[in-house]
Amino acid sequence: MPDFVPHTQHDIGEMLSFLGLESTEDLFAVVPPAIRLAGGLDLPMGISEADVTEQLYSIGAMNASVGVGGSGLVCFAGGGSYDHEVPAVTRALAGRSEFVTAYTPYQPEVAQGVLQALFEYQTFISRITGLEISNSSLYDGSAALVEGVNLAVAESGDSRVIVSSGVHPRWRGVLETFAAGTGHQLEVVPLNNGLTDWASVEGTNAGCVVVGYPNYLGAIESLSSARELADRLGALLVVCQDPVAAGLLKSPGELGADVVVGEAQAFGTALSFGGPYLGFFACHHRLVRRLPGRLVGETVDLDDKRSYVTTLRAREQDIRREKASSNVCTNETLMAVTAAIQLGWLGTQGIREIALAGARAARYGLQRLTEIPGVQPSCTAPIFREFSVKLPIPASLAIDRLLDEGYLAGIALLDGFEGTPYEGDLLIAFTERRTKSEIDSFADALTKVITR
Amino acid sequence: MSDLFDRPAAGSAKSAPLVGDDCEPTLFEFASPGRRAYSLRTTGIPEWTATELIPAEHLREDPLELTEVSERDLVGHFTRLAHRQYSVDLGAYPLGSCTMKYNPKTCDEAAGMRSFAGVHPETPAHAVQGWMQILVELEEALCTITGMAAATLQPAAGAAGELTGLLLMRAYHAANDDVRTRVIIPDSAHGTNPASVTLGGYEVTTVGSDDRGFVDVDQLRAALGTDVAGIMLTNPNTLGLFEEDIVEIAKMVHEVGGLLYYDGANLNPILGVVRPGDMGFDIVNMNLHKTFATPHGGGGPGAGPVAVSKRLVEFLPGPRPVRSNDRESTFELLFPPKSIGRVHSYYGNALVLLRAWTYIRLNGADGLRRIADMAVLNANWLREQLRGTYDFPYDRPVMHECVVSVSGLKRATGMRALDVAKRLLEFGFHSPTVYFPLIVDEALMIEPTETESPETVAAIARALIEIAHEALASASAGEALRSAQAPRSTPVRRVDEARAARKLVSTFDAR
Repeated sequence: MPDFVPHTQHDIGEMLSFLGLESTEDLFAVVPPAIRLAGGLDLPMGISEADVTEQLYSIGAMNASVGVGGSGLVCFAGGGSYDHEVPAVTRALAGRSEFVTAYTPYQPEVAQGVLQALFEYQTFISRITGLEISNSSLYDGSAALVEGVNLAVAESGDSRVIVSSGVHPRWRGVLETFAAGTGHQLEVVPLNNGLTDWASVEGTNAGCVVVGYPNYLGAIESLSSARELADRLGALLVVCQDPVAAGLLKSPGELGADVVVGEAQAFGTALSFGGPYLGFFACHHRLVRRLPGRLVGETVDLDDKRSYVTTLRAREQDIRREKASSNVCTNETLMAVTAAIQLGWLGTQGIREIALAGARAARYGLQRLTEIPGVQPSCTAPIFREFSVKLPIPASLAIDRLLDEGYLAGIALLDGFEGTPYEGDLLIAFTERRTKSEIDSFADALTKVITR
Repeated sequence: MSDLFDRPAAGSAKSAPLVGDDCEPTLFEFASPGRRAYSLRTTGIPEWTATELIPAEHLREDPLELTEVSERDLVGHFTRLAHRQYSVDLGAYPLGSCTMKYNPKTCDEAAGMRSFAGVHPETPAHAVQGWMQILVELEEALCTITGMAAATLQPAAGAAGELTGLLLMRAYHAANDDVRTRVIIPDSAHGTNPASVTLGGYEVTTVGSDDRGFVDVDQLRAALGTDVAGIMLTNPNTLGLFEEDIVEIAKMVHEVGGLLYYDGANLNPILGVVRPGDMGFDIVNMNLHKTFATPHGGGGPGAGPVAVSKRLVEFLPGPRPVRSNDRESTFELLFPPKSIGRVHSYYGNALVLLRAWTYIRLNGADGLRRIADMAVLNANWLREQLRGTYDFPYDRPVMHECVVSVSGLKRATGMRALDVAKRLLEFGFHSPTVYFPLIVDEALMIEPTETESPETVAAIARALIEIAHEALASASAGEALRSAQAPRSTPVRRVDEARAARKLVSTFDAR
């Protein structure tokens, strides 16, 4: 086995004798004998790096992964996890061990690298969301949503939470789990032709209104309608934004959002079987004292040199303890640094280009797929880069059959869509990585599997 | 001070070259209109305009301005930022309770394999049997290590694990129609504990420590009642001490129907020595980014699995990958009958979990035990070197870390714990944790970890002793403290934190 511990037998002997001990066992004299583990851990002995690598390759071979150049699946699945371009430069820079193996920047004098990268990340997120304040990351989209709702309830003092059913069903699931502790009352609003049916919301007050932009079905919601409802109820508006859409669509901040949250895996992080991803969180500056997680601010050092430091720390759990704005400590800094690199690579032209390319591919895909007999769109609301269709066979069966043809066809709308007109439909996503020939072949393969 | 190991310390970054002393401009200041780094696939798809694709009312009027830089300039910028950042790869990082050990490179390579990293989380379970195997085997290994029945790998970090644990407590009591309102936390606990208790819907009751540094058993007895849902403990605690009364504490809490939650921040020194399950814990949180060497990424990603005893398995978050009897698949997904629900969108921070699986395979039972032995040996040896120079508020053998106090030196010289921490940077080492735990005045919490050599540990000790002697000499000569001006060899010197908070500039646009 490899040895990550540098101590030689001689070292150990010297150190023990300095401590007046005879064996390493004596180091644990403080552990009551009755509970000590006899006989060691019931695990295999350590093995070499080469042996572990052999195992990893054979275990990895049992996964159907998304590929490049025909080496794996062509990905049409999205739902918050997208197959975007990740260039070599992003991987190389984000993989630098100075970023990878640092701890939270507690000593700013030796952490300016991570702190400045986070300051740049916060600037990007602020521009993407159209809000002044961005924190330096949360675990993922679902965690960011939970924190957004917690902030809105704390600010409004009203625990009634109105959630569009166009919000990511798994994020809604997580929201529900944590509501058991906070006591928030969640109400889910149905969709009508792909867009949230706000008119069905009753009552005169609420703490928070949550909407997807675009929503989980890919449809572009009217944020002004959501804002009107929030105003009528005296609630804060929390928007779950697909940040790639910002390349083309108006920003949620411009349209009246108080808080914008979402998943930024699209900016340089691999599909990763769902994690680690990158939850982003932005809010209006009047809410900054309730911001969850870490915030980097600019300042100067003793010599008046520009410097960065984590700031407004009085909100945080290690200082305020049970009165903190959130319990978040470790977040997803490395993914935020990755996003800053990727957004630098994309730049002003690139973010527009990938948004436009995704929208074009979706338009082309919609045309091609709905030419297939029995395939029709679930709704006619305007879309960005994702849409759902009704198939003549169950979506999960189509997905299984298309795996054999080399495609990850999309997501079957099941959990979170029970009893809705969309249940059993297939959600299909497009990015700048999908080409005409891939979409043509996918349409042919879908035709084949539904007529089989 | 022992003269042992007086050889060059491989864990000192004192030789690290830092070229120049200018600030690095931001990515926004480098922007030049028309410059670009990106290039994309040729798709062959018709080039519809934005207005042909999306109703005009939704389209932005002005472009979203990010920046405009070349690939070469992007690389230069982030490489220079990397040079302004301390890391474990650069030198020792004795940050108490953070377990900043060396992170094996092979674990990073595993996480970069396309057959794992390229998998979409919505891929059907039968097509991701490799991932399921990794998750199930990791869960089994973590349960073996902690002495528990089953675990969820979903929590993305320690604090998420804490909240998951509290919701499990809540679900367990609710299933017994048992309404409980309080959770007990010792005054030496990590700050995330009380914050998580509030989010879990409970009130915090704090109990003090006795003069040995342990949970005060009498105070605990007085605080216990049938309204107590449970207690959250770290063992070894944040003083680095093993709670010797743990069996009695477990008995007392269980007698009133409460549950014991184990904060796994300090699991490293007990690997293969003693298991939380055998101490009587019902819920065990682990930080894979500490004990199992997954890199911390400058503040995440982490992973905070939660293992439970038999009576709590049915409440675990779902879906859970489990072994299957199905002929088609070896592994399947299961939603436990009384599950608290999802605590993550998918399976947790999967690539972090894969790194931990790899680390456990590499080390095995023998390697894990050696980790505990050497972590404890390093901490105790370092502590003994500091005897007589720094104060030992609780003078007992420690486990993975030691907490010493600068209060005596402060009285004699005016030097504070913060000054020591800043001065240590000039010796090429990262600072220890300072001012924590809160129950120790002017605390330095030092965790060398097992991967630092005796030479490195000795060099840290020598540096801390020199800092103390230098302060005493300055004070007796009536000179200013050198440590008060430290650090001077770093890219920036001490920063004005008050100004950062008073005049908030958290984006380039707010300048």
